[in-house]
Amino acid sequence: MPKVEVPLEKWSGKVREVTLGGSGGRKGLTVGGEATLPFLSFEGAMPHPPSVAIEVSDTPASEWAAPLRQAWGDALEDPGAWAKKAAELGADLIVLRLNSAHPEQGNTGPEQAKAAAEKVLAAVNLPVVVLGPEVPEKDNEVLMAVSDLAAGQRIGLGYCMEKNYRTIAASCIANNHVALAKTPIDLNLAKQLNILISDVGLSADSIIMDPTTGALGYGLEYTYSVMERLRLAALVGDKMTAMPMFCTVGEESWRQKESKFAEGVPPTWGQHDRRSLVWEQITALALINAGADIVVLRHPKTVDAVKAAIRKLAG
Amino acid sequence: MALSGIEIYKHLPKTNCKDCGFPTCLAFAMKLSQKSVELSACPHVSEAGKTALEAASRPPIRLVTLGGGEKKIAVGNEVVLFRHEKTFYHPPGLVVRVKDTQSLAEVEKLVAAAAGYTVERVGIHMGLDGFAIENASGNGAAFLKCVDAVAAKTTLPLVLMSSDPAALEGALAKYADRKPLIYAANKDNVAAVAALAAKHKCPVAVVSRDGLDQLSDLTEAVNKAGVEDIVLDPGARDFGGTLRSLTQLRRLALKKNFRPLGYPVITFPGDSASSPEEETLLASQHVAKYGGIVVLNQFDPSLVYPLLTMRLNIYTDPQKPIQVQPGVYQVGTPKNSSPLLISTNFSLTYFAIAGETESSGYPAWLLIVDTEGQSVLTAWAAGKFDADKIAKSVKQFDMASKLAHRSLVLPGHVAVLRGELEEALPDWKIMVGPREAVDIGGFLKRSWS
Ligand code: SF4
Repeated sequence: MPKVEVPLEKWSGKVREVTLGGSGGRKGLTVGGEATLPFLSFEGAMPHPPSVAIEVSDTPASEWAAPLRQAWGDALEDPGAWAKKAAELGADLIVLRLNSAHPEQGNTGPEQAKAAAEKVLAAVNLPVVVLGPEVPEKDNEVLMAVSDLAAGQRIGLGYCMEKNYRTIAASCIANNHVALAKTPIDLNLAKQLNILISDVGLSADSIIMDPTTGALGYGLEYTYSVMERLRLAALVGDKMTAMPMFCTVGEESWRQKESKFAEGVPPTWGQHDRRSLVWEQITALALINAGADIVVLRHPKTVDAVKAAIRKLAG
Repeated sequence: MALSGIEIYKHLPKTNCKDCGFPTCLAFAMKLSQKSVELSACPHVSEAGKTALEAASRPPIRLVTLGGGEKKIAVGNEVVLFRHEKTFYHPPGLVVRVKDTQSLAEVEKLVAAAAGYTVERVGIHMGLDGFAIENASGNGAAFLKCVDAVAAKTTLPLVLMSSDPAALEGALAKYADRKPLIYAANKDNVAAVAALAAKHKCPVAVVSRDGLDQLSDLTEAVNKAGVEDIVLDPGARDFGGTLRSLTQLRRLALKKNFRPLGYPVITFPGDSASSPEEETLLASQHVAKYGGIVVLNQFDPSLVYPLLTMRLNIYTDPQKPIQVQPGVYQVGTPKNSSPLLISTNFSLTYFAIAGETESSGYPAWLLIVDTEGQSVLTAWAAGKFDADKIAKSVKQFDMASKLAHRSLVLPGHVAVLRGELEEALPDWKIMVGPREAVDIGGFLKRSWS
């Protein structure tokens, strides 16, 4: 008998499995299902290692940093071409952000939203998540249209927030979609929103939560700890914190000046093209270690690096 | 590990003689468990009882210190598995490795650059913590020359890496007063290396790739030689292996108070990495998940700055949010016609506002009010962000002299303060900005141009 006995936790709960796609001809992807903390295979199973999503925008993302614009090139001009390239570069799913619907960025309506979603859905067979501009009334308007368009294909729709969860959750029930529930970096708010959405009648197997991502240097530690707490709560049996977690890593890292700017920053920050990628990668890995089930990334090299890290974590 | 009063009581004389100033031994034991008295207040406790109590009150993970100069690396003595349970106390030492097969000129250049590197973030100066010198040549003389070259360029702590006791002895004879970490004792050389550590009073690492049983045999052998300052290398190198073995070590120490493995851990993220970026990524995992000393194979500011930022984030006390200095900040190069935005000195609030204003393309003035690091709503609810305080800051920092206009923008969440603020600052026009920082760009576009 070995003299060193590693303490094992006897977790009574586990993370829910949620399947995106797998219906209406779309390829399926199941996330969640962990019976222990990330990658602690000596203790419990992690049936679905974290998935990597690539973010595409319905606008040509002219404000994106140079390394991103160079990497995507012409694909930026068309969400369909962009999604196709993302699939070729190894995305497990596509996240379409309807930026143009934002009142400050074009204020486009349901028709444009449907057109963009249609392009992405036609271009790839991967599961798709569609996110609105995070302006509650606007989200309702454009996401309803997309929900009907993709009825039966089990896409993800976001965000259900405190103000508008009813409409989106009801539409997920009607069209067999998955709701993304977003709350501002707080365990109790996250749990509360999951309860509210469940009360509307959406099954807990159709909810993924976004606890709000803070990038490296910009609140990462808050997200990291709230996610660890959510995951620990799920493992000790709290069913309303047991939803898989979704993190918008690329969006948050690339809006910081470390990632955005090559010039006008301290020389001690080093080379922009290297630093910005590592910024996104560290943010992703930290949150994967805290329990993320889906990380949404922007740069193709980050996708490679994070996929390699996930493989090596699981191996 | 804190002992309970009952556990302590078992080791006391149980005579209730009151000499300690407490009515009973049990009462004294209770106070002792709360650490509000010292064991020495009881003159009657037996030697055996003393030894047992002292051993039991040792921290579950020993604090190990490297370095004889001004800057040291002190790691270990962590008390939780998750930072939200309390905090992580001793940030891992990040050291850069050189090899004695590199040219001395190359080594000197690298060490000078890495030792001199500092980068500032939220008023905190961050840098690297030391150097590891590897005896890759297998030659003792070459090793000493390389250690000489490094030691001449820096007073930061050192890690001496060789499995050859003779090579280690050569370097220790000269540099023991710098308290370098000896890396490492393995199953073949443990007697000789442990003897060196004892003789030179230096901390020593133990390495085993054959599992935790063997690792704990090694620490016990080193202990027997009279050495207490130990660092563990459980042999794993890759992402999954290090996550699992370091988690197991932390759990054994904290949950089982398992002494033979109650030491900080050294990691080598570059050994399994396919690129410098991957090394950095794995190093960032070691920062979060239980590394004590992290040995890097290269120095590049583009990689080190994100890594140092990660360390700063993870080792921030969750109970004490990082604050920024209250005062006036410039975004871009604001003119006297540029907008003035008011906010609080919670670092995240500040970063969000500064970042969004910067992306908006409008140069601006930010007046950051001291709210003891609380965010806008929290500070407002706690009475730390009110019209009085804002008016005082506007005057204290003499905003009037910096601006040609008299408009200021309040955070949308505290729109209720507008009336009072108009009274407190009668010459000023009080505008109400957006609630969320992301909407600042749109707000400035609508309301300022
Ligand atoms: S002095 Fe020691 S023996 Fe006497 S009452 Fe106090 S603890 Fe007990």
